[in-house]
Amino acid sequence: MRGSVAVRALPYLLFVFFAITPALAQFGAEGYILSLVMRVMIFAIAAMSLDLILGYGAMVSFGHAAFLGIGAYGVGILMSHAVTNVLAQLVAAVAASALFALVTGALCLRTKGVYFIMITLAFGQMAFFFFVSLGVYGGDDGLTLRATPTLFGTPVFENTRVLYYVIFAAMLGVYLLLRAIVASRFGRVLRGARENPVRMQAIGFDPYRFQLAAYVIAGAICGVGGFLLAHQTEFVSPAFMTWQRSGELIVMVVLGGMGSLHGAILGAAAFIILEEVLARITEDWKLIFGPFLVLVALFARGGLVGFLRRLGGRR
Amino acid sequence: MSTLLRIENLHKSFGALRVTDDVTLDVAEGELHAVIGPNGAGKTTLIHQISGLVAPDSGRILLDGADIALLPPHKRATMGVARTFQITSILPGFSALENVALAVQAREGSSFRFFGDPTREERLNAQALENLAIVNLAGRADIPAGELSHGEKRQLELAIALATRPRILLLDEPLAGTGREESERVVATLQALKGRYAILLIEHDMDAVFALADRVSVLVYGAVVASGAPDAVRADPEVRRAYLGEEV
Amino acid sequence: MYATLILVQTLNGLQLGIILFLIAAGLTLVFGVMDFINLAHGVQYMLGAYFAYEFTTLTGSFTLGLLMALPAALLAGLVLEAFIFRHLYDRDHLEQVLATFGVILFLNQGVKVVWGASPLFVPVPDWLQGSIEILPGFFYPIYRLAIIAAGLGVAALLYFLVNHTRAGMLVRAGASNATMVAALGVDIRFLFMIVFGFGAMLAGFAGAMVAPILSVEPGMGDNLLILAFVVIVIGGIGSIRGAFIAALLIGLVDTLGRGFSTDLLRLVMDPSAASQTGRAIAPMLTYILMALVLVFRPSGLFPVKK
Ligand SMILES: Nc1ncnc2c1ncn2[C@@H]1O[C@H](COP(=O)(O)OP(=O)(O)O)[C@@H](O)[C@H]1O
Ligand SMILES: [Mg+2]
Repeated sequence: MRGSVAVRALPYLLFVFFAITPALAQFGAEGYILSLVMRVMIFAIAAMSLDLILGYGAMVSFGHAAFLGIGAYGVGILMSHAVTNVLAQLVAAVAASALFALVTGALCLRTKGVYFIMITLAFGQMAFFFFVSLGVYGGDDGLTLRATPTLFGTPVFENTRVLYYVIFAAMLGVYLLLRAIVASRFGRVLRGARENPVRMQAIGFDPYRFQLAAYVIAGAICGVGGFLLAHQTEFVSPAFMTWQRSGELIVMVVLGGMGSLHGAILGAAAFIILEEVLARITEDWKLIFGPFLVLVALFARGGLVGFLRRLGGRR
Repeated sequence: MSTLLRIENLHKSFGALRVTDDVTLDVAEGELHAVIGPNGAGKTTLIHQISGLVAPDSGRILLDGADIALLPPHKRATMGVARTFQITSILPGFSALENVALAVQAREGSSFRFFGDPTREERLNAQALENLAIVNLAGRADIPAGELSHGEKRQLELAIALATRPRILLLDEPLAGTGREESERVVATLQALKGRYAILLIEHDMDAVFALADRVSVLVYGAVVASGAPDAVRADPEVRRAYLGEEV
Repeated sequence: MYATLILVQTLNGLQLGIILFLIAAGLTLVFGVMDFINLAHGVQYMLGAYFAYEFTTLTGSFTLGLLMALPAALLAGLVLEAFIFRHLYDRDHLEQVLATFGVILFLNQGVKVVWGASPLFVPVPDWLQGSIEILPGFFYPIYRLAIIAAGLGVAALLYFLVNHTRAGMLVRAGASNATMVAALGVDIRFLFMIVFGFGAMLAGFAGAMVAPILSVEPGMGDNLLILAFVVIVIGGIGSIRGAFIAALLIGLVDTLGRGFSTDLLRLVMDPSAASQTGRAIAPMLTYILMALVLVFRPSGLFPVKK
């Protein structure tokens, strides 16, 4: 019983952990810890947005990193034209990624299952090669952001802690927003279409419209993640949007446990922190991390969240 | 009574197999028209074509005079075509109430709402509960649909169909796989619905068919071989040979 | 001169297509028959290349090395099947993705630990060295021709196995309806194991064949895996014929696209714009092709009926 309370408290524990990290980090390698945890939170945003379509909509996108890259380039391109206002950049990042999601999603959703996985990969790759070819914006090498971001003329994000809490607020906001969406009338239709699209059609819903809307929302939110990633790393590059990166996002969601949102946060944290910690222990950390993923797939149905739930919830 | 659903010269083949062979039939407002026929006769495929799951090769499907043969399934549903499936089709992870509430939500046409908890919307729940009560499931409203008994699932599916406020109900073997007691309850429910909706009923249970139907059509190898009042069809020698013969 | 260039590129494209087919054949069968997404299929290709390197160095003969690499690749596939994949056949696709992703990480790192991170080279066997004149004044490396010939031979063999043997009949039936095959009383586990091992061996064969012309290095299978997925999706999952046609198509489109898209664009643009657009479009071509195919044929060119 006590275990199951802990399981239900898991999302809150996660957010408390992220909230107090800066306070704890000052006793250690603060800069290093904060930048690592900021990275975790940004990927948590991207992974949660993927969880909306993958976990609740059964749409496995293998090109999700494209939105991360498009959001980041929204910042990078504007910065290189001396548009330093972060609100303008945010609007550009969200609009561009939402538009890309709308156009590609409308085509991708004509296919099902593995064909959907592969056509999303195709569009992701097209976005990747598009930015590789953009010589003016650094091509392969990417862009370093030299200008200082501003809000109404005053510099922002100069202070790491400020940036940290901006990212934290964004993650919390995305989590609450997605929770509301998933539980709403819209979300109920989306979940229904995941379970039984034929039944949903038979009562008068067109799953396509709902799935496309969810795809656009997910793309836009992931674009926010890209916006934050650009400011956190002060750099944008096509490397943000390789297919390997898209694959990692899927792995984060599945590792944490899909269809629960906080599972995506947990998955992003586990993936990035474990990678970091193992890499400090041995150069050959993948020899440990690889089998770890295999074991999770074999023995922890429902990912880490499912595993914890079974630990705690065994009545 | 005026004709609500009219099927004209419908044809469908799967490869060389003719599943619907020049079928013409109609269902009047408030009429219960039963379609019987041996397994593989093409009854389910006929319903699939009316509801839009399978595209006919040729022919017309008229709902109140308008041809719906080319519309997607969800459009037909919003126009008042509701159906159940031979193999029960529900949302197993949702509660019984939510299964029906979703159908109410579909009819209200306002599902692009991203905030607010629909499980607390009184109007949706009240209407859903009414429909559950019609099929005697009000007491099971909060049970996940996947955990209901087989018979209850069939009942639930009927409640879902009713919640869309259909003009015509297409029922594909609602008694299949139900026990005696359950099947009596379903027959009673259908008896109560009869006259209020146009119903196209596919059923194997002859007692139920002849007790319920206003009209019976017999489908054999995709073609209608007889059609008329229950007694006339029962007496038809060709029907007795082709179909009822197996039963006697 | 230009005609020769086109001919060379066409042959190069065919050769890439053949390699892709060897990888895609196993992938599409594993996917079609057991509904298993095997991301680790690319590392099996890589293992084939490393085995070929190892055994060639050991015996001093590429031919022997190749012959020994085949059973080694088969064994590696069977081991992975027995310990990991077998337990995931009836699981969610995404759990399969997670597990096979883990296998990729492990094996890519594993070969680095065993053989080092730097690229390894395997010499072209003596008797296949040099070029021959296949048209007056037109030379092409013998070894590359050998790859094409060997690949076509394997394709023919595969065609025979799938269409004219009992095991092949079961595999075809399994691709369209696995439960039916199980109902026939066939030991489905054994069938799966055979299909899996065979697929792994084909991928290993492809890796071994390219070892003398590409550098053998960790991660060499990753991009080919993605191309192989493109191939099986365009061809229609479970269809060997589809995989063959799509593999050649992708091999040609990719190679010719990289070779000539700039020249083609020059016909309609000024040179500098053409070269920039050409560089952008060439690597996208395969993906554009796949997206187009799927938009118009959502289940690929040769869908296997379910
Ligand atoms: N999608 C399909 N493809 C090929 N054959 C089908 C398909 N659906 C049904 N059939 C065949 O059509 C015939 C009629 O099926 P069905 O309509 O289910 O019959 P009934 O409901 O009268 O038992 C059967 O022989 C069945 O095997
Ligand atoms: Mg039937």
